[in-house]
Amino acid sequence: MTIRKNIAISDEGFLFNPTTGDSFSTNGIGAEIVLLMKKNILLSEVVDTMCNKYDVDKTLFERDLEEFMLQLKDYSILE
Amino acid sequence: MSKDIKHKIVIAVTGLNAIDSPGPGVAVIRAIRECPDFEVRIIGLSYESLEPGLYMHDLVDKTYQIPYPTAGTDALMGRIQYIHEKENLELIIPNFDAELFNFMKLRDALKKMGIATFMPDLDQFEARDKMKLFEFGKKHDFCVPKDKIIHEFRELAQLEKDFEYPMVIKGKFYDAIIANSMEQVEKAFYKILSKWGLPIIVQEFIKGTEINIAALGDGEGNAISVIPMRKLYITDKGKAWAGITLDDESFIELAQKFIKATKWRGGCELEVMLSYDGKPYIMEVNPRFPAWIYLTAAAGQNQPASLVKMAFGQKVEPFTEYEVGKIFVRYAWDLITDIREFQKISGNGEL
Repeated sequence: MTIRKNIAISDEGFLFNPTTGDSFSTNGIGAEIVLLMKKNILLSEVVDTMCNKYDVDKTLFERDLEEFMLQLKDYSILE
Repeated sequence: MSKDIKHKIVIAVTGLNAIDSPGPGVAVIRAIRECPDFEVRIIGLSYESLEPGLYMHDLVDKTYQIPYPTAGTDALMGRIQYIHEKENLELIIPNFDAELFNFMKLRDALKKMGIATFMPDLDQFEARDKMKLFEFGKKHDFCVPKDKIIHEFRELAQLEKDFEYPMVIKGKFYDAIIANSMEQVEKAFYKILSKWGLPIIVQEFIKGTEINIAALGDGEGNAISVIPMRKLYITDKGKAWAGITLDDESFIELAQKFIKATKWRGGCELEVMLSYDGKPYIMEVNPRFPAWIYLTAAAGQNQPASLVKMAFGQKVEPFTEYEVGKIFVRYAWDLITDIREFQKISGNGEL
């Protein structure tokens, strides 16, 4: 699953889907994840990057990320 | 032949009402006035004394009342001749569905008087009519909802054989009511009958996301401009109170296909329902600019100004880009005028 190419995201976490006209807000961590995913890297690399940067349990992060991915899919942010 | 438009051109525009279900006239004028390529004198053509555009003197230089469409082409022509003598009109842009037929009938006569128009032909106009939309879709391979034209009350009883609830009950010009039972169908029938007369259209209800597309055709099959918009805020009449331009090539291709199939001349609005399985159903084709047309100018494709250029014989190249994520938010404004102004338009039919 990758982020749709035309999804726009600001540093503040405001996401805009120009295909549907929908817009969403996410927090700083969510924005960081989306920005990482826009670089077309593997999800495992997103996990490694975030776990190296923040003091977070890897299993817990992976679970939260999975939930976040489901939300992004629901909102047609992923393809 | 291309006509010189370096002088201040005189353009008459209808549709100056700007209520909660506004006419497109004020937006059309705003877009035309913003074009740096020509200067204009705008003549408003109104039906009623309280159309807000009449009193917007920074947009409309002078207004004349014209007869209602039901008065027919002779009455309209008589009035246009009077206005033309005073104003030397060069172009008329009609913006109401109900008046288009009369203006189309008068196209040649207007041309002889030196007044240009840029509208679809009667054949094009009638092919996309609500009452023929299903046939039109079948002929040109567009997704359109199934429909039935109702001429009398007793036909309603047969509907349940062909349609599932909810059904959409529509007037021949405006209005649509969603009905979830036969009782609601009957109620909607009478409500629309009293307002718009017969026939009434019953249409299959398509669930999905509503997208509106403003398009401009050159009459030779080329789409000069296509701007898709999604309504972000809808009034209780289903009109857009806010909307955003979209980036979706499939809508642009749909409008291009429509314009190519019809060789559409002028502005139009495709009302599209994108079903949950991704099919774009054409729900309706409005044969004129929509009220939100100023958004096309704001997004970089000034459709009304391009129409003016084409009406004067200029070749306009199709636009290729526009700004995605451009938003309009409509607002209501209490325009203050004076009894003397009201008296002028009510008593003399001019302001």
